[in-house]
Amino acid sequence: MSFTNEQLERYSRHIILKEIGAKGQKKLLNAKVLIIGAGGLGAPTAMYLAAAGVGTIGIADADEVDLSNLQRQIIHATKDLGKPKVQSAKETMNDLNPDVQVNTYHTFMTSENIREIIRDYDFVIDGTDNFPAKFLINDACVMEKKPFSHAGIIRFKGQLMTYVPGEGPCYRCVFKDPPPKDAVPTCKQAGVVGAMGGVIGSLQAMEAIKYIVGKGQLLTGYLLTYDALTMEFRKIKLPHNTENCPVCGTHPTITQLIDYEQAECDGAL
Amino acid sequence: MKIIVAGEAKEVKDGLTIAQLLIDEQVETPEYVTVTVNDDFIDSSKFEITNLQENDTVEFLYYMGGGRYVVY
Ligand SMILES: [Zn+2]
Repeated sequence: MSFTNEQLERYSRHIILKEIGAKGQKKLLNAKVLIIGAGGLGAPTAMYLAAAGVGTIGIADADEVDLSNLQRQIIHATKDLGKPKVQSAKETMNDLNPDVQVNTYHTFMTSENIREIIRDYDFVIDGTDNFPAKFLINDACVMEKKPFSHAGIIRFKGQLMTYVPGEGPCYRCVFKDPPPKDAVPTCKQAGVVGAMGGVIGSLQAMEAIKYIVGKGQLLTGYLLTYDALTMEFRKIKLPHNTENCPVCGTHPTITQLIDYEQAECDGAL
Repeated sequence: MKIIVAGEAKEVKDGLTIAQLLIDEQVETPEYVTVTVNDDFIDSSKFEITNLQENDTVEFLYYMGGGRYVVY
C-alpha cells in the first residue's frame, strides 16, 4: 500500500516523526481499534484515533445523545440530540477523516456478544462509565488475548492503565470484583469536569497509537492517576505478581464471562 | 517509624495496621480501595492483621468507574 498525495499531506506531521514515519503511519492505517463507550472518554479517543488515520475504528454504545452529554462528549453536537451515539460518532469521525472505516455497534456489550466483537480488533479502549462493563471488558480481553486501555474518570480525578497479555497485571489483578450491587452505602450524583474526558481519553488514544506503531513504553504494570485540582500526575507501579488472579493467573477460576448487575440510583445522570 | 504513603513520607506509630492507616488517612470507602505494600497486593481480609514495617511503601488504588450512576 502506498500513500496518496492527500494522505502524505494529511499525515505529514506523523510521517516526519522518526518514531512513526511512513512505516508507522501504514501500521496505523492497517490497524483496527474498538472503542467501547462513545461518551466522555470515548469521544476524544475516537476523534484523535480517526484523525490519526487508524484505518478501522469500531465504536460501541447503546445510548442516544442527550443534552447533558454535550458538556463533555465532544464528538456529539447539539444537532445530534436523540441520535444513536454510535451514528453521531461515526459521522464526526468520517467528517474528520474519510479514510477511516467506522463500524458501529448500537448495543450493550454482554457476555453473549463481546468476545465475538473484540476478536476482529487489534486494541480495545474501555471508555465505559460503570463497573460491570469494565470487568466484562477486562475478562473478555484476557480470554481473547487482546490488549486494552482501561480508564475511569470522576469529578476532578482520572486514572488509566494498559493491559497487554503476558506483560503485566490485568484490571482484575488490581480490582478484584465490582462493588456488590447491594453493598452501596449511599448513592450520590458524581459529576465530572468535561475536560477530564479530554485529558484521560487523549492518553488512551496515545496508548493505542504507541501500541500500534510499537514505540515507547506503555502503561503496562502501572496505574497513572491524575488529580486536576492539585494538578498532580502519579505513575504508580503495580505489583507484578499476577499468579493468583482469578482470570489472568496461572489457575483461573473465572473461565466464563460474568454479567454483573449495576447498582442504580434514581434520577442520577 | 517512617513509611511512604502514596509517595509521601509519613511518621506513624510502630506496627501500625493497614486498617488503622486507612482510618488515619481518612480513606472514604476502604471497602473499595486496593492496597499495595512494597509491590504486593494485600488482601482486604488481612488489613486488620497486617502490621506495617519501617520504610514500607504503601499505595491506595481507588475503584474509579464513572459518574453515571453511583459513587462508591
Ligand atoms: Zn489479572
